[in-house]
Amino acid sequence: MTVGKDVSALFPDVVNCMQTDNLELKKLVYLYLMNYAKSQPDMAIMAVNTFVKDCEDPNPLIRALAVRTMGCIRVDKITEYLCEPLRKCLKDEDPYVRKTAAVCVAKLHDINAQLVEDQGFLDTLKDLISDSNPMVVANAVAALSEIAESHPSSNLLDLNPQSINKLLTALNECTEWGQIFILDCLANYTPKDDREAQSICERVTPRLSHANSAVVLSAVKVLMKFMEMLSKDLDYYGTLLKKLAPPLVTLLSAEPELQYVALRNINLIVQKRPEILKHEMKVFFVKYNDPIYVKLEKLDIMIRLASQANIAQVLAELKEYATEVDVDFVRKAVRAIGRCAIKVEQSAERCVSTLLDLIQTKVNYVVQEAIVVIKDIFRKYPNKYESVIATLCENLDSLDEPEARAAMIWIVGEYAERIDNADELLESFLEGFHDESTQVQLQLLTAIVKLFLKKPTETQELVQQVLSLATQDSDNPDLRDRGYIYWRLLSTDPVAAKEVVLAEKPLISEETDLIEPTLLDELICYIGTLASVYHKPPSAFVEGGRGVVHKSLPPRTASSESTESPETAPAGAPSGEQPDVIPTQGDLLGDLLNLDLGPPVSGPPLATTSVQMGAVDLLGGGLDSLMGDEPEGIGGPNFVAPPAAAVPANLGASMGSGLSDLFDLTSGVGTLSGSYVVPKAVWLPAMKAKGLEISGTFTRQVGSISMDLQLTNKALQVMTDFAIQFNRNSFGLAPAAPLQVHAPLSPNQTVEISLPLNTVGSVMKMEPLNNLQVAVKNNIDVFYFSTLYPLHILFVEDGKMEAVSSRLQGSNIFTVAKRNVEAQDMLYQSLKLTNGIWVLAELRIQPGNPSFTVRLPAPALPALGCLLPCAGQPLLPSLLPRAGVSLMGALAQLGWGPSEPDVNEHQNSEPSFQLSPIRLPR
Amino acid sequence: VDAFRVNVIHARQQVRSPVTNIARTSFFHVKRSNIWLAAVTKQNVNAAMVFEFLYKMCDVMTAYFGKISEENIKNNFVLIYELLDEILDFGYPQNSETGALKTFITQQGIKSQHQTKEEQSQITSQVTGQIGWRREGIKYRRNELFLDVLESVNLLMSPQGQVLSAHVSGRVVMKSYLSGMPECKFGMNDKIVIEKQGKGTADETGKRSGKQSIAIDDCTFHQCVRLSKFDSERSISFIPPDGEFELMRYRTTKDIILPFRVIPLVREVGRTKLEVKVVIKSNFKPSLLAQKIEVRIPTPLNTSGVQVICMKGKAKYKASENAIVWKIKRMAGMKESQISAEIELLPTNDKKKWARPPISMNFEVPFAPSGLKVRYLKVFEPKLNYSDHDVIKWVRYIGRSGIYETRC
Repeated sequence: MTVGKDVSALFPDVVNCMQTDNLELKKLVYLYLMNYAKSQPDMAIMAVNTFVKDCEDPNPLIRALAVRTMGCIRVDKITEYLCEPLRKCLKDEDPYVRKTAAVCVAKLHDINAQLVEDQGFLDTLKDLISDSNPMVVANAVAALSEIAESHPSSNLLDLNPQSINKLLTALNECTEWGQIFILDCLANYTPKDDREAQSICERVTPRLSHANSAVVLSAVKVLMKFMEMLSKDLDYYGTLLKKLAPPLVTLLSAEPELQYVALRNINLIVQKRPEILKHEMKVFFVKYNDPIYVKLEKLDIMIRLASQANIAQVLAELKEYATEVDVDFVRKAVRAIGRCAIKVEQSAERCVSTLLDLIQTKVNYVVQEAIVVIKDIFRKYPNKYESVIATLCENLDSLDEPEARAAMIWIVGEYAERIDNADELLESFLEGFHDESTQVQLQLLTAIVKLFLKKPTETQELVQQVLSLATQDSDNPDLRDRGYIYWRLLSTDPVAAKEVVLAEKPLISEETDLIEPTLLDELICYIGTLASVYHKPPSAFVEGGRGVVHKSLPPRTASSESTESPETAPAGAPSGEQPDVIPTQGDLLGDLLNLDLGPPVSGPPLATTSVQMGAVDLLGGGLDSLMGDEPEGIGGPNFVAPPAAAVPANLGASMGSGLSDLFDLTSGVGTLSGSYVVPKAVWLPAMKAKGLEISGTFTRQVGSISMDLQLTNKALQVMTDFAIQFNRNSFGLAPAAPLQVHAPLSPNQTVEISLPLNTVGSVMKMEPLNNLQVAVKNNIDVFYFSTLYPLHILFVEDGKMEAVSSRLQGSNIFTVAKRNVEAQDMLYQSLKLTNGIWVLAELRIQPGNPSFTVRLPAPALPALGCLLPCAGQPLLPSLLPRAGVSLMGALAQLGWGPSEPDVNEHQNSEPSFQLSPIRLPR
Repeated sequence: VDAFRVNVIHARQQVRSPVTNIARTSFFHVKRSNIWLAAVTKQNVNAAMVFEFLYKMCDVMTAYFGKISEENIKNNFVLIYELLDEILDFGYPQNSETGALKTFITQQGIKSQHQTKEEQSQITSQVTGQIGWRREGIKYRRNELFLDVLESVNLLMSPQGQVLSAHVSGRVVMKSYLSGMPECKFGMNDKIVIEKQGKGTADETGKRSGKQSIAIDDCTFHQCVRLSKFDSERSISFIPPDGEFELMRYRTTKDIILPFRVIPLVREVGRTKLEVKVVIKSNFKPSLLAQKIEVRIPTPLNTSGVQVICMKGKAKYKASENAIVWKIKRMAGMKESQISAEIELLPTNDKKKWARPPISMNFEVPFAPSGLKVRYLKVFEPKLNYSDHDVIKWVRYIGRSGIYETRC
């Protein structure tokens, strides 16, 4: 059997051996049964008798063995017989049998959950938590946690101070594995106040010096979570921080695989609380024979910890790494030097000189990587380090990777006026134009145009050459478009062209690869587990079949609220709003981002802003529906988090308001404003647009789409001459009338404008689908922003297929059919977009179950094929009357998904944005 | 399993991560010589726990049948199944203490029949009870215990002789042959403890001990140590398992005595020649002897020939390892030794520069480089009538090199 041969034919003979007295033989027979019972369920019944008998054997080892084996046989008929012996064993006098039986309940639950509940095993299991034997307690906890995980709604492990106390006592006595189970379970508990949190922390801290690193990591998890509840000026908070550092460092002397797990977790911890490890930089220095995955992780953490104090050390190390053998590692090291320069301004100079040293080594990939990095440094500190350009130019010929070539070309174009032979350099690139990758081609095109604008006289020929190459001989639409834009720009109005092309670029921000705060908080709750290794929420890699509970850090208690520093506020407060509701990811995210938006984030790159806009749209759906008909209460920051006790009431209220919404809508069908309107969101913060703040939303009223804008002048001067234009988008949205602001906008004045839209503009697929790039012009400057429009504004009135469900009709979503399957109501919905795309959706509503599911079984067109991933997205019950919104929410979510944009992509996408502006009428 | 085999084991490039996710299934793997141990899950499990478990499993297997090799695994298939059955239940690790396991999983399998009922219940209570690592009723005629303080010094030094990072990771290994259920108390010259005591007594003792005490950055203990007691009073008390076990691990970074200094000197003479001179200095009491000294000086890949002159020991160029290996059997403290080598290089047109791996060193010294000293180890056995004085105790200090590297 163990060598892979099928020996199931011997089944009856083997079963006959079961009654032997020889323990070893018995074990082997049981092993055989576990393997083959499934293939021969009828015969397996024969074994049941012996099992039952064995469960009453005087030898506890045999009793336990029998129970254990029975749990592993996944045959329905056997399971039925299992219940009685199991019940007995759960109450066995011998702890060894009890602890085995506890795990067996979890096994049984996996086979047949209903049976476990019916037989009342869960209650028995709960009783076992107060067992006298620590190992039994640990196994009972482990089993309950596993069962609770598959039932997110049920309150199986209802922990209270008494049971927590018991667990903490057991913690001191049980084996290392048991300690892990208990600590993991403790991490799910939310203490009532900071005093309780502190006392738990005090009792958990000794675990930090356990030899088993899993115990240590689980303890760290509990502490990290509960620390959230302690106020920062408490003495204990400081000592706790101090106590956390040494164990984390010790984890690094474990075996490499564990080091990797530890490092991934430290990476999270460093992002959450950099103060813990800020003095421990040295331990993250890479050793020569570390495995590559450990090296890369260490490097990552080093960059995060880099600060003015330790930058010299770090740089010296990084330089050392840059001469190593592994190409990937070297590249990352070089990149890290650049990141240091951007992060610690004082060190920029030294970083640049280090990079130059590296370029001198002439190792091909080092040089290339260094050039890419230097480009970023130029962006961060413009006009500061041009002196190095000469050195860079020397290495022009050795560059063969597109990214490095593009970076080099960008540098040449940007500093064209300072490089005497810029035209020659660019010309040399131009020779092989068609063999280059698109990235290089685009960059080259832009660089030459820049050059032309700076030195118009000498480079006329060059520009014409490149424009013709880009527009006539190229198959790439991006390249062609950009070429045409420049061409037209240059031929009509060179001055405007200069303003657009040579416009000042936004500075790049320093920390671009941080994990999103919500995700980070969630991951902190998963320290030690796979989620923290992948840096993904569990839902991203666990089979969808099981409901996954979203965990969130506990809010700070009211007493400490006042002392909380602004940076932790967004982390703590919003999750407090709905601690017991299972928040969909989007909602929570929206909440958080809304808080972030309050004070506009200091100059984030544009791509990030658009993400935030999307999130706010979502928030519109989520928050609004939660609040129902109390719109006065809007605004995350002012919304005082109700204590846990008040939550059910809150939930009830939202249910009620959801219902009343339903009535509202039904009565509102006949009236004009049928469609749901997303609340206005800030699209363009004043800081980014020289004082012009634009917020707005999209509406659909009797067949026409309009964009409601609110323009606020926060500058000191009067604004006039407003104009607006859209970039091409997926549905061809375009303004149907010019933007009409009649009077000049004086400082601190706000106007509201409704701009009618049509859908006859040119079409280009955007990513995400509903992304819209908008340019607004006034007498001061031209501003660009992008936003996501809710898809339901595109749902047209004639999208109706058959029977009408008045509920959704208000949003132009129509019911095709209603069916009742397995006590679930299935609604089949249809809707049609303005460009004629039909979307069919299946809405599954289960009575008594707060969540319901939207599924898009058959995407009407390939264009919407990307919708499929959102199948099975759980939604809040209160969203029910607004299915249109939630559908849209799902769509909007698709665009950016749960993962955050990649660093490098991010940085590189920026210049390309700056290069593709839309021309505005003057 | 097949997917894992194809994607990880037979993957061309180096392993990029010990955790791989293939088709929503996560594989954890640990490699022991040429055996891969893999754990599989579809859920969000505790990754640290999985790896710890894999290591423990290796330990248990080693304890049962020695080295983990293909042949051993084939020969002990049944035993492994039996062990797995006991240490893991439905994915929950249960008990991985070899001592306890050996009481009821025996290689002969005959013993189980002769067990009386009492023995059986004793086994179960031991397995599940608080002190899972020691059984009752152990008797020795001579009560003995051995204490080994094993330290490994890790050092990373720059070519200029500047210490980039240095730390000592030490282990206290105890071998106990004690009767009954003895309660032990262990003390060492830990700074915090001594300062605490120093406050109570006169200032003079505080000063005197302050010099000898060391600051331990962090320590971890065997599960038999009562952690809560350590946290509150910093005293290490425990009931030891029978036989050999690792009592504690610790780590220090301050005031480390570096037993050796390595001073490299590399000179490139033209394109085809390289001159290397390495001096090592021992830095400890002249009365002590260091043993098994080995210095490994890496050479470039395109080395064609090496001439070595050394004052002491033997040196050889090993082409297969791309290094000059210099061995010295014994060396007293405060001495100096030197090697010089001329390396002939083949001319290559490879533009890539030689990465210059660091010079590494191995040695063994009979003292603890961190300065750790065992102050006392007391044994109390309430039931049997032997006292602390009757126990014969042995203490030994060994300092070894960990990763002891000097960049050149």
